[in-house]
Amino acid sequence: MIAEAGLAALWFAAALAALQLAMAWIAIGKSKSDHPELIEGLSYSSAEKGSASTSSARPEIVDALMNAVRPVAFVQGLLVLLAMSCLIAVFVRSDMSVLLVAENSHSDKPLLYKFAGAWGNHEGSMLLWVTILGLAGGAVALMEHRLERRTLVATLGAQAAIALGFYAFLLFASNPFARLDPPPPDGQGLNPLLQDPGLAFHPPTLYVGYVGLSVAFSFAVGALVTRDVGPAFARAMRPWVLGAWIFLTVGITAGSYWAYYELGWGGWWFWDPVENASLMPWLAATALLHSVTVLATRDGLRAWTIMLAVVAFSMSMIGTFLVRSGILTSVHAFAVDPARGMFILALLGIYIGGALALFALRVGTVRAGSTFELVSREGGLVANNLLLSVILGLVLIGTLYPLVAAMFGVQLSVGAPFFDKTIGPIALALVAVMMAGPLLRWRRDDASALLGRLTVPVGVAGAALIVLAALGGGIGVLPLLGLAFAAGLAAASVAPLWKRNLLRAPLFTWGMVIAHLGIAVSLAGMACDTAFKSETLVAARVGVPYHVGPYTVRFAGITPRIGDNWSALEARLVAQRGDGAPFILRPQSRFFSTPPTTTNETAIATKLDGQLYTVLGQPDDQGRWQLRLWWKPFVTLIWAGGALIAIGGALSLLGRLRRERRAALREEWA
Amino acid sequence: MKAKNQRLVLAALAVLAVVAAGLLALSALKDQASFFYAPSDVKRGGLPLGRSVRLGGMVQAGSIKRAPDGVTIRFVVTDNAATVPVTFSGIAPDLFREKSGVVAEGQFQPDGSFLATNLLAKHDEKYMPPQVAGKMHETKSLER
Repeated sequence: MIAEAGLAALWFAAALAALQLAMAWIAIGKSKSDHPELIEGLSYSSAEKGSASTSSARPEIVDALMNAVRPVAFVQGLLVLLAMSCLIAVFVRSDMSVLLVAENSHSDKPLLYKFAGAWGNHEGSMLLWVTILGLAGGAVALMEHRLERRTLVATLGAQAAIALGFYAFLLFASNPFARLDPPPPDGQGLNPLLQDPGLAFHPPTLYVGYVGLSVAFSFAVGALVTRDVGPAFARAMRPWVLGAWIFLTVGITAGSYWAYYELGWGGWWFWDPVENASLMPWLAATALLHSVTVLATRDGLRAWTIMLAVVAFSMSMIGTFLVRSGILTSVHAFAVDPARGMFILALLGIYIGGALALFALRVGTVRAGSTFELVSREGGLVANNLLLSVILGLVLIGTLYPLVAAMFGVQLSVGAPFFDKTIGPIALALVAVMMAGPLLRWRRDDASALLGRLTVPVGVAGAALIVLAALGGGIGVLPLLGLAFAAGLAAASVAPLWKRNLLRAPLFTWGMVIAHLGIAVSLAGMACDTAFKSETLVAARVGVPYHVGPYTVRFAGITPRIGDNWSALEARLVAQRGDGAPFILRPQSRFFSTPPTTTNETAIATKLDGQLYTVLGQPDDQGRWQLRLWWKPFVTLIWAGGALIAIGGALSLLGRLRRERRAALREEWA
Repeated sequence: MKAKNQRLVLAALAVLAVVAAGLLALSALKDQASFFYAPSDVKRGGLPLGRSVRLGGMVQAGSIKRAPDGVTIRFVVTDNAATVPVTFSGIAPDLFREKSGVVAEGQFQPDGSFLATNLLAKHDEKYMPPQVAGKMHETKSLER
């Protein structure tokens, strides 16, 4: 019954989305074509103007429709949440008569993974996607009060249009509630690689980010429909973009750490298409975040900001398409079903094409914003946007090129060499712009004054470069520059707080400082790991010590272990640094019976200056065990930086919301 | 600067950036992309020497040999039309086994063998690298 209830909730939610779209369409259409005066009238006082219209009850109907869109959006969000809850319930109860549960779960599985198993598969993850979409629409309906009403209605209409397509995808091409008759005695289990606490919450986090960008997209469409592009619109959109961006940052950082410790390859970024799929929306959202600030503060970059909002969510949808269509050579692609791929591709075409067509039609009506000099904060942000867009373009080309080539019968894949070569230099240029940007004044600034302000950061970067070149012989050019730029960026990032009362600096300034600092920290971590890591690969005998970096690692033996739904062989490694206290690491080779799979569980010791990373491989016929040991100096900075970026975003969001609340309060009292 | 001029300048900059990115990507794709090879491609088209490529196919039955150092393995990748001997030092992925799909990353050697730096095996029982499947369709060797 639960499965049927879930399916019913999904159908009702889809019907409400259709209703929401129709209501918004009619309300907007009527208020524009029949009653031009209503555009003004509705937003201020509809009662006065209502009498001026020729036909009788229309303004009231339009008014009622506009008022009803909000509750409909809210209820739609609740219904789809109910559907998702039903799916989680059948997973937790291990109801094997539901096809999806039988294929992806097992009654032996720990509760957490039954719960998370609900979205560890194609249908469930699409339902989660739509759930977040519905909830985002509901949240906009509930909380967004700054936007002009007509624009808000258009925004909710756009949100419903997106939802409708994905409801259709779920209901017609990937029903998560399909029954299986007769039910099997037990399920086939969840992919063991996905049985990890980090991964249980990784997809929802990323999805909140992905789908959060749908709000920005809908705002952009709404504003284009009602021709209401300006600072007020940008201020309303900014918190939503910021919120989605924070979740994307957290999701990417967590995903990178998951790949690092779970896959046992010692790497933290593989340029895997699915990683790229999460990076592309982040790059677009980062650009959008900065351009929306120009629009909100200085009323510049109007058309560009709208365009970026469209691009950002398009990237989310392309990401979904890449992951869910199963057309990629990737460890993530579980569904290989061309029909589904075509369905999502069609949705993609409709939404992206539609939004771009609307943009092309309406961009002429978007008045040019205020102007600025080349050397100014705006100029810096334009440079930031251009460089981010170029990086985005490169990632997109590198990710899609193999797919396009495949259509012409050429099988090829693009890997790390391409991305490192092309993106590395541009990322460094972007860091250089980041150093200067926050030190620039709005509207116009003096180039020589800027150079004066940049003396200290550039000096720090130069000093770091000289010291590193002198000491660390043999490190590559890119890591060397990376470290120098990271040092310079760190110095430049804190410069906006220099000689200021730290307690009185606005929260969003702190946010910017911390987020930029996070980029420097992360960059330093990447460069350190690339330049200074050391690796030892041996067939280890019991009792023999091996060396990696500053550590001596002695292989003390193998013991069997039994877990909930796995058995493992566990190595005991005694690691010691110089004369320091020895400590024990226990990497495992873990065997899961459903489905039959072996995984390498790494053992990682985190120290202040890096991580000792150990992987246990297979035994050979002489009783030796393969051991792979890495010493990774300062590798933890990569994710610490990611956390700082997210914290910076959160502070900035908090600061903006607080300032707005204060402004609203002042208005009330005035 | 006039508003209209500013718009033009910004648009020109954006176009310039996109073109530059495209050119950069093309030049890098030309000589940097790690291309995908099947054994029969090598037989037909010669060895791609001096750059990182991927080699995909099936691990030939009975071909996995372990070297005395305990960490080096040798095996043969086949697409049933041609074969390439592969050497790999490291921990082979869990699903690396005989008669199963594999993608090796590394470089071809002048003697026609392949030195792999990384092995990607199929991820679970249901998964086959699409490129391997595609190649096997081409050579009509994939039996369903």
